[in-house]
Amino acid sequence: MFEFLQTPVGPLPLADWISWICIVIGAFFAIVGAVGIVRFPDVFSRMHGAGMVDTMGINMILVGLMFQADEWIVIVKLGLILLFIFFTSPTTTFALARAAIHGGVNPGPKADEPHKTAKQETTSSNT
Amino acid sequence: MLHAISMGAALAILWALLSGMFEPLLLGLGLASIIVTVWIAHRMDVVDHEGHPIHLGPRSVIYFPWLVWEIIKSNWDVAKIILSPKMKIQPHIFKTKASQLSDVGLTTYANSITLTPGTVTITMEMDNSFEIHALTDAAREGVESGEMDRRCTAMEGMKKTAVPKGGKS
Repeated sequence: MFEFLQTPVGPLPLADWISWICIVIGAFFAIVGAVGIVRFPDVFSRMHGAGMVDTMGINMILVGLMFQADEWIVIVKLGLILLFIFFTSPTTTFALARAAIHGGVNPGPKADEPHKTAKQETTSSNT
Repeated sequence: MLHAISMGAALAILWALLSGMFEPLLLGLGLASIIVTVWIAHRMDVVDHEGHPIHLGPRSVIYFPWLVWEIIKSNWDVAKIILSPKMKIQPHIFKTKASQLSDVGLTTYANSITLTPGTVTITMEMDNSFEIHALTDAAREGVESGEMDRRCTAMEGMKKTAVPKGGKS
């Protein structure tokens, strides 16, 4: 597309370079997030791992794919997918957290910090 | 009315971008769909500052790039924790106050907290306090520093001309 840069396997356009870098970064974060889901000890910690896949993982892969597109309409559609995932993934995480609380999962100790107030009945339920 | 017009414009742009064809028949179908959609949305009473927050427009251009950068940074922090052999985490719950005035602002703040890995908003009380699950103490300090809260309030941009909170039409 722009200038061709040399690689061991032959010349590669600049757009492909950017695309590859983005996709590799995205894949890295998706894999690390998946490892996190396995390694973390409880439901709420695992949500953080899932959150990584939701944010960096998928968004970097989509940005990388945008650089592979031949037509502008593909870029627009990928951008819309990115936007919708960006705005809906916190909602799913929130729903998951509420379901876990409702199901009686202990979300961990409370921090005794100045922001702590009296209302605790929502989370200090049974385990 | 302004919201209805902007919603119609947004839908028109969306239609044009997704179809990419500009024949009279398809444009006519698009126009009909837009009118029906806006009418239904109007009947459902969701065409307001909440369902269609155009008033955030220019200020969100400042906020969202900053949010993306925060997400990248916290992603890297959580990735380091996951890949470290010891995995030193202190999962806990803490409370924090949100200073936004409108529902849109509060939702944006809560979602921003959830979007940054390491912190997840769990509940929102009526007095604008959030209960947040933090993976580490560092993640909690990030929220408690109030930087995101301040920027979110700035993006909301409500000083005196505030739409009453929970003001559903």
